[in-house]
Amino acid sequence: MSLTRRILAEKAEKESLKPNDYIEVPVDLVLANDVTAQIALKEFGRFGRDTVFDKDKVALVLDHFTPNRDIVSAEQCAFVRRFALEHEITHFFDCGEVGIEHVILPEKGLISPGMVVIGADSHTCTYGALGAFATGVGSTDAGAAMATGKVWLRVPEAMRIEIHGNFHHWVGGKDLILYLIGKIGVDGAYYKSMEFTGSGLEHLSVEGRLTAANMVIEAGAKNGLFPVDHFAVDYLEKAGVEAGPVEIKPDKYGYCEEISINLWDIEPQVALPPLPSNSVAVLEAPHVKLDQVVIGSCTNGRIEDLRLAAEVLRGKRVAKGVRVIILPGSPDVYRKAMNEGLMDVFMDAGAIISPPTCGPCLGGHMGILAAGEKALATTNRNFTGRMGHRESEVYLSNPAVAAASALTGSITDPGEIL
Amino acid sequence: MSDTEYKTITGKVHKFGDNINTDLIIPATHLVTTDEIELGSHLMEGEDPHFRAKVNEGDILVGGKDFGSGSSREHAPLAIKGGGISCVIAESFARIFFRNCINVGLVVVESPEISKSTNDGDELCVDLKEGKVDNLTSGNSFSIAPYPEFMEKIINAGGLINYLIQTGA
Repeated sequence: MSLTRRILAEKAEKESLKPNDYIEVPVDLVLANDVTAQIALKEFGRFGRDTVFDKDKVALVLDHFTPNRDIVSAEQCAFVRRFALEHEITHFFDCGEVGIEHVILPEKGLISPGMVVIGADSHTCTYGALGAFATGVGSTDAGAAMATGKVWLRVPEAMRIEIHGNFHHWVGGKDLILYLIGKIGVDGAYYKSMEFTGSGLEHLSVEGRLTAANMVIEAGAKNGLFPVDHFAVDYLEKAGVEAGPVEIKPDKYGYCEEISINLWDIEPQVALPPLPSNSVAVLEAPHVKLDQVVIGSCTNGRIEDLRLAAEVLRGKRVAKGVRVIILPGSPDVYRKAMNEGLMDVFMDAGAIISPPTCGPCLGGHMGILAAGEKALATTNRNFTGRMGHRESEVYLSNPAVAAASALTGSITDPGEIL
Repeated sequence: MSDTEYKTITGKVHKFGDNINTDLIIPATHLVTTDEIELGSHLMEGEDPHFRAKVNEGDILVGGKDFGSGSSREHAPLAIKGGGISCVIAESFARIFFRNCINVGLVVVESPEISKSTNDGDELCVDLKEGKVDNLTSGNSFSIAPYPEFMEKIINAGGLINYLIQTGA
């Protein structure tokens, strides 16, 4: 069986599962953010329960329109905050403690291998990087799970993605996933699980895996999964999770499709608007003039990402007229960046540093584009109007390409200028 | 309730192409309310800022591949309902969006045949009980697959929460 099926079979207390079986499984963590929690909590309220099924297994993260953009977003957060405090939700993240949900939950040790995690946020699939079955759902599903502790799922077919070779310089997890989505398309993994394996994973850190797993939804996948190897165990131990020994790696059999990827084939990627599947090698990307560069988000807002950007920006100034926004993914990432002197590098280069927030990625606030403007971002979606006006454009890349492009003012291969 | 609760839906088609994601259906800047009517006033604003004014109560959306992709925002099916749309037909639906529609009681029909052969402005009659869709403009008739039994129970209960409450979850 695929790894996903093995995890789900154990949770469903069944010997085996077939693709397309309908099952009900207990959930180990239910997540919602300020945008999705309001509906989820109202739906939860319809059960008439005194409180949630387990206050340690619900996470509420006020990360989207925070620090609050306007009065209505403040009201929305106030509603969720009242609920979290009244119900003594253990994992409630707000203000000085808040990070972008998919950065902070793994960092705080809330994700461990073999868990079933559902989140009212499509990028909940990020946690597959640590061997958890994690998938995005809507608010009603999240609200129901907060009451019942369970979720219904259709068992997905699985794709086995065999990675071998090694990365060129300036190429990493973001390029791997953009390259893969470019190959299979935005519906290439429709309703399926994408399970990564192979010797190439020796060159992909957990942070790079979190980036890759974050974007499996952009190929329509239900979830992504990485094996729990020594990298994962190290990460988990630092986060305070007792992980081993666990047998979380894909089988040889039980897959509907196999894809082999040689990492040496991958150049730094840029996804052209308006789909993440429009990925091309950076040297083939059009030399559009950029108005904004965003480095951060749940996809690329971890410390490795900021180190990479700082390596490119160190001692240089961004091009005149380009607004460069750095979005650290969590207070911990922020503090590390500060202690390592990265904030000085960014400020000396002329960038602005945002508090941890989803902000501009979804066109919320903190860097909205005007009509006709173009941005290069390390985020996950380049849909029409995603970052602001419907006549603005978003290009996607890794943090090194974004930083190099900030220096020149147009899409640039870091290898060309360093 | 039984499947006799299914109503026949007749409405004018608003046709869209492939990859209509939830950012196009309801841009994120409006995700600060749970009110269907208010969300509906911005329906499809990311694709066509004047769309809402073109919709009459009961109209039908027809899309291509990957309808509802992207963000999990349940505000998208709520905006479609609140904007007066009675049913969405598409060649294929993104997973979370499809699930959300079932959960909030918005009728969705997956049919590549209907999606490909329907034009903007056609009048369709959707009969879920009989499992067929008639194009009253072209005269074509299509059969549609029933929902999986498990989903039908949720739909017949009037959405996920009702189903769970009725079954004593």
